[in-house]
Amino acid sequence: MADPMRIRAAEAGGVTTVRVLMSHPMESGLRKDAAGNTIPAQYITDVVATHNGKPVLQATWSGAVSQNPFLSFKFKGAAKGDKVVVKWTDNKGESRTDEAAVS
Amino acid sequence: MKKNLRVLAVLAAIAAVQSAHAQDAAAEGIAKYREMLQDGNPAELFEMKGEELWKQKRGPKNVSLEKCDLGKGPGVVKGAFVELPRFFADTGRVQDLESRLMTCMETLQGIDVKKEVNTRNFGKGETANIVALSTWIGAQSMGMRFNLSQSHQAERDMYEVGKRLFFMRGGPHDFACATCHGEDGKRIRLQDLPNLTKNPGDGVGFAAWPAYRVSNGQMWSMQHRLNDCYRQQRFPEPKFASDVTIALGVYMGVNAKGAESIVPSIKR
Repeated sequence: MADPMRIRAAEAGGVTTVRVLMSHPMESGLRKDAAGNTIPAQYITDVVATHNGKPVLQATWSGAVSQNPFLSFKFKGAAKGDKVVVKWTDNKGESRTDEAAVS
Repeated sequence: MKKNLRVLAVLAAIAAVQSAHAQDAAAEGIAKYREMLQDGNPAELFEMKGEELWKQKRGPKNVSLEKCDLGKGPGVVKGAFVELPRFFADTGRVQDLESRLMTCMETLQGIDVKKEVNTRNFGKGETANIVALSTWIGAQSMGMRFNLSQSHQAERDMYEVGKRLFFMRGGPHDFACATCHGEDGKRIRLQDLPNLTKNPGDGVGFAAWPAYRVSNGQMWSMQHRLNDCYRQQRFPEPKFASDVTIALGVYMGVNAKGAESIVPSIKR
């Protein structure tokens, strides 16, 4: 399993703001190392965030997103204490799932 | 003739005010950009890693670092960062955070730090672990003010050594630390240079490292920052956690007495 994500979810006035910091090298596949060899692409391709099992955000990313991506989004309908689960999958098939409670 | 001169003078004054305004606007813009980046600072990922490493049993002795003495007693982490570098009786020398972590990893965990931790390995292996640990330990003192001790003679000596090194000119460019960091209000391209001969203010200079550098996606500890300073001056490379780097840390840290630490911070 890859390094853990840092997820924070705060509810205010009916709107929950979720901030996710993901640990991922996000190699675009276009860089070359010191010896001139292309560094293989490794980047997150899909992100899904669910609340009580229902998807609230679904994203498709490419090598254009930077290393250690930070994602912030809002959604309605969550109450304090609810679980928000975030899962990412990368082009190599690796994935990571983490969750946080809405505060 | 006089009228033309007066018109010119007024125009020059307006131009000067406008360019100063433009400069302030640029500095303001950079400050705002930094503030936006603060939310979701990737340094937090290194913080999490550092906390894990502190508590994990590792090395040939299979022991955690939870009994490591960072100057405030074994296992006391909160407030330790803002009192380093300081004198340690068990090693008989003044040590900074990174060298003290090396001591603990060697004595408590049995890790061969001389082999594993060096300047060739920035970002890899045990050197990366030291950076993660430094980030977490620094974060435990976030918001606290620097308060280095000068009560031991060795600490006072290191301050003087650090001061000499700070002003020592050398290398092919004849640079010293003071060449860039010896005056107020200086800048390189768009990078403000703090005056490190005195307290440069909260969250600046010594109070800002370890920091995450967005431009190359790396977490830099103070050792890395000093190494790069010497690289920029085209000086010979200092060894990781050498006495030179520790002495400079004492000089800057004592000068920064009272400044608020914002570690881990974020840099361009």
